Amino acid sequence: MTAACPACVAIPDMDEIVPSTGLQFSVPTIHCAACIGKIERGMRDVMGVSTARVNLSLKRLTVTGLANPEHIKAKLTDLGFEAHPLDIEALNTARDNVGRKLLMRVAVAGFAMMNVMLLSVAVWSGATDATRDLFHLISAAIALPVVAYSAQPFFQNAWAALRVRRLNMDVPISLAILLAVGMSLFETLKGGDHAYFDAGLSLTFFLLIGRYMDHRTRSAAHSAAKELTALEVYTAQRIKGNNTQTVAVSDLGVGDVISVPTGARVPVDGLLLSGHAVIDRSFLTGESAAVDVRQNAQLQAGEVNVGAVLRLRTTAVGEDTSLRRMAQLVETAENSRNSYTALADKAAQIYAPAVHLLAFLAFIGWMIFTGDVRHALSVAVSVLIITCPCALGLAVPAVSTAAISRLFSMGYLVKHATALERLAETTRVVFDKTGTLSRPLITIPETMTADARAVVKALAQSSNHPSSKALETALSDTRAASVRDITEIAGQGMRGIWRGHTVRLGRGAWLGADFDELGVRIGAKTAEPFETAEAARKGAVEALQQLTIPSEIITGDAEKPAQAFAELLGIPVTANVRADEKLGWLQDLSDRSDYVLMVGDGLNDTAALAAAHASMAPATALDASRSASDIVILSDSFADLPLVLKISKLSRHLSKQNFGIAALYNCIAIPIALAGLATPLAAALAMSASSITVLLNSQRVRYA
Amino acid sequence: MNVLVVLIPVSLLLGLVGLVAFVWTVRNDQYDDDQGNAARILLDD
Repeated sequence: MTAACPACVAIPDMDEIVPSTGLQFSVPTIHCAACIGKIERGMRDVMGVSTARVNLSLKRLTVTGLANPEHIKAKLTDLGFEAHPLDIEALNTARDNVGRKLLMRVAVAGFAMMNVMLLSVAVWSGATDATRDLFHLISAAIALPVVAYSAQPFFQNAWAALRVRRLNMDVPISLAILLAVGMSLFETLKGGDHAYFDAGLSLTFFLLIGRYMDHRTRSAAHSAAKELTALEVYTAQRIKGNNTQTVAVSDLGVGDVISVPTGARVPVDGLLLSGHAVIDRSFLTGESAAVDVRQNAQLQAGEVNVGAVLRLRTTAVGEDTSLRRMAQLVETAENSRNSYTALADKAAQIYAPAVHLLAFLAFIGWMIFTGDVRHALSVAVSVLIITCPCALGLAVPAVSTAAISRLFSMGYLVKHATALERLAETTRVVFDKTGTLSRPLITIPETMTADARAVVKALAQSSNHPSSKALETALSDTRAASVRDITEIAGQGMRGIWRGHTVRLGRGAWLGADFDELGVRIGAKTAEPFETAEAARKGAVEALQQLTIPSEIITGDAEKPAQAFAELLGIPVTANVRADEKLGWLQDLSDRSDYVLMVGDGLNDTAALAAAHASMAPATALDASRSASDIVILSDSFADLPLVLKISKLSRHLSKQNFGIAALYNCIAIPIALAGLATPLAAALAMSASSITVLLNSQRVRYA
Repeated sequence: MNVLVVLIPVSLLLGLVGLVAFVWTVRNDQYDDDQGNAARILLDD
């Protein structure tokens, strides 16, 4: 340990020292106990670290102390782990307060249920008169405050639905809890035989567990999605006179001059001040080729600078940027999704009126036949309690919890509550091309000499152009030659000096060759071309073959590359589609009652992603696209896509089956209750048995 | 039946002890990393 005395630590640079609030790193490759030990032991050697703790569930490392983030990252890389520092602000470090509150409510309800159940067993085994009344009174003293505290989530949801004159699952649940406790209190005070405190409490307890599990799986997916946002940098380099300062993007004003480093995203709209620049617009338009722009050209937020460092004068910030305007398009498109009725709510809309009517009829019937208001009321309430809102309330969350956690381990983050249900209904898949299905691929001709390869690698390494990146990947086995004076000629290529010869990598015309594509020319030798094409993402071809529903590509790219790529995959393609046309295309499809699953990554896809019946975005997508989509694909491969669709269909099937099971129990229980034969013991048995059956049935989604 | 006067408070008290212990574990973030806790038991140090 080195941090026993923080003052002893040599402080290299005050700016980089982080106070002890803690640093977080995303370490995606942690997977076992040995990794935890290795990292936590390794961190002890890093200067300034006072504590280090790995969270295996979130695959995150939290470090406190006066350590330099760069040193920690370097140490992690040394240990063999890929690490990304996380922006704590964006991560919203506040702990999972909702989950914690739910867990507290579960604990309190569990405690109360156990105690009241013990007292109930005494009553069921024959306690009478004063003893029974005492037990009932103690049960009431425990149950009333506990229901008031633990059942709040149900009451709040039910109230929220009733206020807008809608029914959801929480309405019958709240009613059953309230009536069970209310009637039991009345009976207790009157010295009656039957009290349902245990039923009211176990209903609360079981349903809270379901709710907590549901929250937990979804918050795991959410925090992983938030992590992707925290990886993005929201700062810009503002130039004032001769000084460059780093400021938050939100602090930029119109007319500010900012510099955008190579490889960075343009943060705001602006006019180009530098002579020329090379930018990658694929995120905005889907074009696969990088574009050259001249001075005074309009740059838009979201474009990536792949040439030299550029300077621009801001023309629009914040809400006015084209990025934000696109986001507003998303908000309007999203309305259709919010009006989607979840399966559980659909069931509640049938179930709640039916059961309430039945209970009411039971009350009227017993009133007419016996004239005893108290007995009629007790029969009506026992009908409400025994109809198992518990199994019904668990029917959907139990399945979706199991399905979402299975998808999570496959690398699919399900962000939206009804995403799985909507996914199960899709009848057509629409893909974006650039960045989603395709990757730039360059093949090096077999005949190229080792020297030439080494030169190409050296030149390609010094550029951020997508083609250079692809060349670098293609030449991963080659060692770069030492090329001097490498310069980037905007829009043409790279030039340098190697062993006294001028070497050039770039467009054929610039090399003086008779071809048009990318090539290399060494000294006075003839230029050699590379074969450029787009390769499919890993697993995409297999996934498309296994898909049982039709699929197509819609892209903003030009006709020629789009056609070439579509032939590779064997699915239809439509090229030159703008962002708003994509949205229109999707709306046309949904008018023809096609439910579309949209898979895309760019800004031009965001509106379409939001409007589609269900949507997915890869982890490399823009923040805006990720937040517009229901599911984020963390894994690099698309091979699991058909399985994801299959799981979503299976979970819808199992949810419906669970409703069937609950209905079956009701077929037995309701006649008993209507006959006035229901006892608190019968209610407790029916509730537990049906809930456990539903929970077990739901686990089948894990083994499909 | 007079023994109930002692037994009922005792059983409630024991239940409360369990509840308080559980609330303590929640406040101590002991449920934040279930996979990690399962793996840590295998660590030597």
